[in-house]
Amino acid sequence: MELKTLTYIVVGATFALYILIALMSRAGSTGEFYIAGKSVPPLANGMATAADWMSAASFISMAGLIAFSGYDASVYLMGWTGGYVLLALFIAPYLRKFGKFTVPEFIGERYYSKTAKIVAVICLIFVSFTYVAGQMRGVGIVFSRFLEVDVSIGLLIGMGVVFIYAVLGGMKGITYTQVAQYCVLIFAYTVPAIFIAIQVTNNPIPQLAFGGQIEGSTSHLLTTLDELVTSLGFNQYTTGVKSKIDIFCITLALMVGTAGLPHVIVRFFTVPSVKDARTSAGYALLFIAILYTTAPAVGSMARYNLINTVQPGEVGTEAGNLKYIDRPDWMMRWEKTGLVEFQDKNNDGRIQFYNDQNPNYIEQALEYGWQGNELNVDRDIMVLANPEIAGLPNWVIALVAAGGIAAALSTAAGLLLVISSSISHDIIKGVVIPNISERSELMAGRIAAAIAIIIAGYLGFDPPGWVAEVVAFAFGLAAASLFPAIFLGIFSTRVNKYGAISGMIAGLVFTCGYIEYFKGLFLKFLGSPWGENIASNWLFGISPEGIGVIGMILNFCVALLVSHVTSRPPREVVDLVEKIRMP
Amino acid sequence: MKKKDQKEYWRRNVRLLFICMFFWFFFSYVTGIILVDQLNQIQVGGFKLGFWFAQQGSIYFFVALIFFYSWRMNKIEKEFDFNEKES
Repeated sequence: MELKTLTYIVVGATFALYILIALMSRAGSTGEFYIAGKSVPPLANGMATAADWMSAASFISMAGLIAFSGYDASVYLMGWTGGYVLLALFIAPYLRKFGKFTVPEFIGERYYSKTAKIVAVICLIFVSFTYVAGQMRGVGIVFSRFLEVDVSIGLLIGMGVVFIYAVLGGMKGITYTQVAQYCVLIFAYTVPAIFIAIQVTNNPIPQLAFGGQIEGSTSHLLTTLDELVTSLGFNQYTTGVKSKIDIFCITLALMVGTAGLPHVIVRFFTVPSVKDARTSAGYALLFIAILYTTAPAVGSMARYNLINTVQPGEVGTEAGNLKYIDRPDWMMRWEKTGLVEFQDKNNDGRIQFYNDQNPNYIEQALEYGWQGNELNVDRDIMVLANPEIAGLPNWVIALVAAGGIAAALSTAAGLLLVISSSISHDIIKGVVIPNISERSELMAGRIAAAIAIIIAGYLGFDPPGWVAEVVAFAFGLAAASLFPAIFLGIFSTRVNKYGAISGMIAGLVFTCGYIEYFKGLFLKFLGSPWGENIASNWLFGISPEGIGVIGMILNFCVALLVSHVTSRPPREVVDLVEKIRMP
Repeated sequence: MKKKDQKEYWRRNVRLLFICMFFWFFFSYVTGIILVDQLNQIQVGGFKLGFWFAQQGSIYFFVALIFFYSWRMNKIEKEFDFNEKES
């Protein structure tokens, strides 16, 4: 069957499934709308959390990122998994015991302050919208490539589906669709990975194939890859170029940021008990690990396949490079999208793919008669194009499209829900109209969700140029503001509202300021970025991606210091802390 | 539950947290970042050991660590005879 028809069928079938689940799990009360009535079994919550967590970025971009930066991309692998340890040990069980609906609600009650709550809501909304824009964009890309519809129509369809199950079903609907989406996305990710692992190393398990020997040779994949890439002037695959302190800080900022992300934390409010919250975090990470340990294997094999395709013979010999007219079908198809580009700089009709930015390689390249790198491959297409590169059947390609959409939709839905609940519950009920009836609050939640979807869709349709950059911002912000406030709220009885608020603000201002200084996201009209974004300018050699760590330390210091010179928190707050510490 | 028991339970939880944090730090930051070059001198199968920790090993240890913590906490809670009410 033709690929397009097949993709329509597979994607259509998954959409029908999501909507069916949504109709079967409509939310009837605010408890069901916000936290699925605390009735989600830990295993199901683990799957839902995994789908919620693994976004379009994890599914589509991560393996490509690893393929092109090798060891340096370890920051994402460790950072986006290690955060779950912090979540399971320091956050999830206690906030589950607290037993309310939202993260700002905890901060508001623990610090007996509406101001603290509002600061938390602002952080939450900023972090979540940043994220959701990226998801909607992912939906648009998948639609336009595989279903050959306009990005905007793809977006509208995606918004429509999320609308149905997020607005009707609330957390309850989202949870069970996320379970289904996890199954779709993990199947779609691992099947091509297994096929490719067999092709490259004759070992069906990607995690083992990663360290295996190349089919028909006695050399290991990673050793060969290191030799291949260095012979083309690239940096060695298994070692990095980033400084140690920077790798350390980015990893830590991503971990702490993960543990401070409201849409992840709130998933643990939905299980029946504290014990279940802990187990469920374990399941969640287990399900995430299946993809996260496959991704680096996929990345290395994709890089190997790509180089082998364009450089089938010895480096430097004329016949060593692929003739452009002989290029494979997948390259032609992706050229149309502009994500693969070829430019014959030395007019020899062959493709030269090497690192022309490496000063030590220039002479060598000239000797070969190469006049610059001629092939640009967008790293985002690695996962999507992988089945085509490996020559897999059409149904696998259709499956990958459905998987990419599932990853994007599940994350988008989770984010939209925390945005809408913080507006209807924390702001409308918590601050503006405290005596609102449950029915009106539920309605407010639904309206807020609908509005959030429209804004998210708009951001995805017309993304500010900096969507990719603000992701680092989102993590840094969560690490520097929300995590310390929640952590201290549980592990200290001494930290009071003055400490928490000044700490959050200090962390927030410092982190925003540093990122703005080097990247210039919001204050361009004032002339930002003010500093050139290079290592020698950075504070302690830490890049804007990792600066959340310093923001976090600052937050902790300010919070503790200010609390110690001001009055103790009232008795009932200390009682609250003692209560949430006990299961 | 008595106040004394509560204190003791919390003390044991915090001690367990320290132990877990040590392993969390060791199997990612130490093996995958700080000592990665030294460990890369050791080749295990097709992997340089440091690289393996950074891209595979650390993740396996994270999963194991959460289940370990969860199992130990359940044991401690049984010892203190907690009967968690589902709320």
